[in-house]
Amino acid sequence: MDTRGPIGREPRDAASDAPVVELTGITKRFGDLVANDRIELSLRRGEIHALLGENGAGKTTLMRILYGLTAPDAGEIRIDGRAVTIRSPKDAIAAGIGMVTQHFALVRPMTVAENLTLGRGRGVKLDLRRAEAAAREASERFGIRVRPDARVGDLSVGEQQRVEVLKALARDCRVLILDEPTAVLVPQEVDALFATLRRLAEGGMTVVFISHKLGEVLSITDRVTVLRRGRVAGTAETPDVGERTLAEMMVGRPTIGVTRRDKASRGRGVLRVDGLAAAGAHGLPALRDVSLEVAAGEIVGVAGVSGNGQTELVEVLSGTRRPTGGSIEVDGRRLGGRGVPEALGAGIGRIAEDRHASVVGDLSVAYNLVLERLDDFRRGGRLDQRAIRAHAQELIERFGIRARPDDPVRTLSGGNIQKVLLARVLSREPKVLVVSQPTRGLDVGATEYVRSQLLAQRARGAAILLVSEDLDELLTLADRLIVLYEGRVVGRLDVGEADPARLGLLMAGRDAEATSGAAA
Amino acid sequence: MTFLLDVLTATLRNATPLAFGTVGETYSERAGVLNLGIEGTMYAGAFFGFATAYWTGYLELGLLAAVVVGLLAGGLMGLLTVTLGANQHVSGLGLTLFLIGVSEFVNRLAFGAGQRLRKIEPYPVIDPLGLGGLTSQYALTYVAFLLVVPLAWWILMRTRFGLALRAVGENPEAADAAGINVFRTRYAALMIGGALMGLGGAFFTLAALGTFTLDIIAGRGWVCVALVIFGRWGIWRAVAGALLFSFVYSLQLRLRILPGWEGVPFELLLALPYLVVIVALALSGRNVAYPGAYLKPYRRA
Repeated sequence: MDTRGPIGREPRDAASDAPVVELTGITKRFGDLVANDRIELSLRRGEIHALLGENGAGKTTLMRILYGLTAPDAGEIRIDGRAVTIRSPKDAIAAGIGMVTQHFALVRPMTVAENLTLGRGRGVKLDLRRAEAAAREASERFGIRVRPDARVGDLSVGEQQRVEVLKALARDCRVLILDEPTAVLVPQEVDALFATLRRLAEGGMTVVFISHKLGEVLSITDRVTVLRRGRVAGTAETPDVGERTLAEMMVGRPTIGVTRRDKASRGRGVLRVDGLAAAGAHGLPALRDVSLEVAAGEIVGVAGVSGNGQTELVEVLSGTRRPTGGSIEVDGRRLGGRGVPEALGAGIGRIAEDRHASVVGDLSVAYNLVLERLDDFRRGGRLDQRAIRAHAQELIERFGIRARPDDPVRTLSGGNIQKVLLARVLSREPKVLVVSQPTRGLDVGATEYVRSQLLAQRARGAAILLVSEDLDELLTLADRLIVLYEGRVVGRLDVGEADPARLGLLMAGRDAEATSGAAA
Repeated sequence: MTFLLDVLTATLRNATPLAFGTVGETYSERAGVLNLGIEGTMYAGAFFGFATAYWTGYLELGLLAAVVVGLLAGGLMGLLTVTLGANQHVSGLGLTLFLIGVSEFVNRLAFGAGQRLRKIEPYPVIDPLGLGGLTSQYALTYVAFLLVVPLAWWILMRTRFGLALRAVGENPEAADAAGINVFRTRYAALMIGGALMGLGGAFFTLAALGTFTLDIIAGRGWVCVALVIFGRWGIWRAVAGALLFSFVYSLQLRLRILPGWEGVPFELLLALPYLVVIVALALSGRNVAYPGAYLKPYRRA
């Protein structure tokens, strides 16, 4: 339609402060839930604008509306001062908007060049050689390194994200939306991404950065708009606000934050794992010679990029996956690899990664709370309904679960489901607690609650193994850390000597000493 | 020698409807839709192709009718699975039952229940090279192997439409975000596929037999579904599978009348090509990567 270039255009001096994109009165309902409630947002040329908010605050919905993936119920979108209707991503792309969604919109069996040319160009014939040349040219122009002939499915997550960014840029976008782009990256990749974004913004690109991480928002963005429960809680120039103010705007009340105060009292070793090996999907080795020990009253964190054996480690310890070698001991008693009942009997409690798979959605809260210990609630061949209800009532109060005993679990929010799981596991006072991604997808309030419960268990004397992809969480809660890479323990450190840069190198499988100067 | 040449000539002939069917099914499945309507679509193509040729006296109009019926059948499958998001297994089986039912109903209305066979003068065997034997085939066989199969491969792998079609079958979210109309692309794939299936069915009535009989397709549509998996959704491999099946099929037809084979029950011989397909599937069908969006309707969140 018109011939504007993506970046490096002549600055329009007079109009450069005029908003590129203006959203007014955007409203979107999903059933009873108002995801976006009369939202106002304006984006300037050449700024990095954060969209900050808790999970479910409506950030993603708002940007999906701008990118044509969701249709708004009401509201107006103006681009360069002109009202536009965006019915599909095709319209958005034509208006100069690009988006990198949280789940990458890439076709994995296809090459980078094929992904870049998808939906573009004219004519019948698909000229692969020209597509590869164009990909190479774009890659050089924007300084984003990718191999045009590589299959997307073979690339690392960080590389796939680069392809996504490049895809948007190659379509001459002027507004680039990134939805939680750092969630899947190791710290070094985050640095590289931020450098790219700064460079793009200097060239006149408008970048929208969706996040719920305060630190990132403060370090990279020029302005920030905070959303809370579908409404704009405020917009500010980033340098004018501090972490505390933003957190308050996000949550709507002052936050305390959970901190671990006392030093670990390093009791006797309760969980001892020695030379553990296990096979993962397709029978490939997922754990190789993993040894670790967790003492009573201690939290040992497991760091690593997802897919490096964490899932299998948790499954083996829970008894749902058979080890192929090595031994597991609880309190000096060796487990015989006989599955879940044995693990439960030995005093292992576990909170699995996928919380929706850990409950039976159609069963009531009360039944879900006793699923792991039905024997305790049996009278002859029948279940003692009254005891089950009383048990549920007690746990609902103790753990502040917002539900009634008879509500089906699937009607609960993620935070409340997690509370049900915590209640189910913790009510048995396990000696060993194996926890995986306990706060993923939870809002600030629920996250605080879960973390404080874990610390309470630590104070009680439980031995806790905490698997998390959230480095801040590990650094806040854990006493010691181990790093898994390709199924091996590649690092063991006290939390005092751990910093994100060093962890990042270990997680990327590079020896910290050897490459400490070459982080890029 | 003549025996082998004879078998190979028959292989090409018998593989013709399978080539149409597998290519059509490959198009549907590469776009993410398992089209179990193939058996019924071939059946309807066979019947309406025959009926049109019978009534008008033009074989070309019969072919056209088969194409139109195939386009409509593909469109109906699209309505059920793409627009309404219905279960693909149920929709496909329903479509097959419906199309076979309609064909037999119209057959009875138009031609009566009597057993008198209605015949048309079918397409003759041609031999453009004048070599006899292997090159003496129906024109539709030439069209299938020299035009449709290479062209279908070229469109799927070397055109923008083909790239869009494959993307829609692998990751419709990605295709949508790239500005491709997922619905339109899937409809196009289903309708092109349906037209090819219709032509495959019409081969029986307009070329091979010159008449329509009940149960004329006899499960060849299902064979195509298996061959597409055998071919791992690649056109050439699927067609190679069709040739393999037809080779064993043609071989067993001739073995039956060979001296020394009278003792073998002919049912066993008849089952042979199907057994070969099952074994081939079992050997090559493990750990195959199905199209990413196989069986999944697409909805924007």
